Amino acid sequence: MFSIRAASTAREALRGAIGRNQVRLFGSSEVVNWSHGLTDEQIEYQSMAKKFADAEFAPNMRAWDQTELSPQETIRKAGGLGFGAIYCSPAFGGTGLGHLDASIIFEALATGCVSTTALLYLHNMCAWVLDNFGKQPLKERILPEMASLQKMASYCLTEPNSGSDAASITTKAVKRDGYYILNGSKAFISGAGDNELYFVFARTSGHLGWRGISCFLVEKGTPGLSFGAKEKKMGWNSQSTRAVIFEDCAVPEGNLIGEEGRGFLIAMSALTGGRLNVSSASLGGAQAAIDASFSHVQNRKQFGVPLSHFQNTQFRLVDMAAALHSARLVVRSAADSLDKKEPSAKTYSAIAKIVATERCYEICDQALQLFGGYGYLKDYPVEQYLRDLRVHRILGGTNEVMRGIVAKEFFEPAPVQAKVPA
Amino acid sequence: MSSLKVLVPIKRVIDYTVKIRVLPGGKGVDTNVKHAMNPFDEIAIEAAVQLKEAKKASEVIAVSVGGAKSVETLRTALAMGADKAVHVETDADVQPLEVAKLLRAVADKEQPQVVILGKQAIDDDSAQTGQMLAGLLGWSQATFASKIEVEGDSLKVTREIDGGLETVRAKVPAVLTTDLRLNTPRFATLPNIMKAKKKPLAKLTPKDLGVDITPRLEILEVAEPPKRSGGRKVESVDDLIDKLKNEAKVI
Repeated sequence: MFSIRAASTAREALRGAIGRNQVRLFGSSEVVNWSHGLTDEQIEYQSMAKKFADAEFAPNMRAWDQTELSPQETIRKAGGLGFGAIYCSPAFGGTGLGHLDASIIFEALATGCVSTTALLYLHNMCAWVLDNFGKQPLKERILPEMASLQKMASYCLTEPNSGSDAASITTKAVKRDGYYILNGSKAFISGAGDNELYFVFARTSGHLGWRGISCFLVEKGTPGLSFGAKEKKMGWNSQSTRAVIFEDCAVPEGNLIGEEGRGFLIAMSALTGGRLNVSSASLGGAQAAIDASFSHVQNRKQFGVPLSHFQNTQFRLVDMAAALHSARLVVRSAADSLDKKEPSAKTYSAIAKIVATERCYEICDQALQLFGGYGYLKDYPVEQYLRDLRVHRILGGTNEVMRGIVAKEFFEPAPVQAKVPA
Repeated sequence: MSSLKVLVPIKRVIDYTVKIRVLPGGKGVDTNVKHAMNPFDEIAIEAAVQLKEAKKASEVIAVSVGGAKSVETLRTALAMGADKAVHVETDADVQPLEVAKLLRAVADKEQPQVVILGKQAIDDDSAQTGQMLAGLLGWSQATFASKIEVEGDSLKVTREIDGGLETVRAKVPAVLTTDLRLNTPRFATLPNIMKAKKKPLAKLTPKDLGVDITPRLEILEVAEPPKRSGGRKVESVDDLIDKLKNEAKVI
């Protein structure tokens, strides 16, 4: 008997069942293939992360942005997959991969939602801090929960009066009777209010400048810890950004991470990896924007032909692809350098951040232009990628600070200029 | 009955999201594109791993017939929970009957009690391999499964058929094929992807298995589906029949 069910192509059934009609030519062509140069295993991580992003992030990206919903449940699903502590050692539940592996994973996740991926990569940066500098008892208690994403963490360095001049922070931590009493406030903290764990940098000694800073883990619910109003932002709307306020907040001694006075170096070394995460998410957002615009120009017709027939359209997309490919290589090379613990890794990481965040923002901007009027509508994803990527040029150390870091390699600091922190 | 050994044949196919391009000459499609595990085979692996987790199965073996790159697909199966993998390596174009013969030979070696396949591959849509394998093995079969339950020495399988749902009891050993709604395949976790590297992967050739894989079917033509043209309203039933007969040529 002729069965319509068996005869209709399974492909159509799948498209309908899964509901997405993706034409991902850029990812699958051999010319600008994001799997190029990766090991078989890295391709597996990438493929799995992409599947997860397609299934769990992409269908919700717009709704999360417009309703400003923080998708806690979806993020906990990610924990079961090993996304909670990607480059932490397996001893306490970390996945034990490297920065290059993490870059590949964050890039893939960001194609689904940059803002939610950011929550994950900031959390990962904090997990690394605990893994690398925390004392055993604290690691034992907290790391497994961070690895499984049962508890999420925020990185609290910036203050209302200390942004790029991070060493000038004034939040104080005074030691008394087995506790550190924290007073002060942090600004622009991602995930604040929602997250359970806060990695806080505060001044423990009278030293001005970076030598007096220490790092603490402050747990939500500690008396004296409170949060400011939720900020209204241009993007990153799937996460709350708030001030974090300490009013005689007593943090147990055991929550000190590393030694007193080592906090600033901890903060800076965390950011070297964190910058690569930021850059990787930029790559993912740009990849998604290119894919969307590539698909659009095949379908949209003007003057009787698809836009893809025009040389201008073709050349724009080529330029976008070339920019993405080169940014990707810079980021992956820097990540590899950090995995190998090369001394120059920090400089390359700064260069990667400059290149990736700026080129990828431009790519999204070009993608929006290719969409024409439709690109300006919130019905289409490109404007969200653009908004979500804009902050990457600012956080994790502004691109100006990045330029300062790289400049130090080439130029002696001028005598009167304040020293850029190490 | 405990400790079922489950064999799961899987196929590396063009990823379902890729836009297919027919090659000039009309004999095939562009295969220099992204590939992935056949989605129905992912469902089969998931079904087998779920049986193992429910302690109804003791071992899940993934097997794939194909070129060198099929190893990627087998590793994905291992990362999803299969215990070991078998790669029947050949670059030749293997058709459903020949695949079924190869799988029979693998089944003779591995001695599973249950074979679970995807109902069809999304490249050729043959939907034959499972059925032919059951015939060659002389085993019971239950195809288009949307639910599988182990009951004693049988499998109670709910099948999706044109008329609705049909429930059959298939005595073990049995061949099952999976339909879309059987389960939602899990994501392989990062730790499991890392562990998969250490799981055994055996290599065989059709020659090792003593199977002649000469194709019996010849592809005459591959073409894109006709471009969708506008619909039309008809005035009467006679008009409709005339159009179906003479224009659409479907009756």
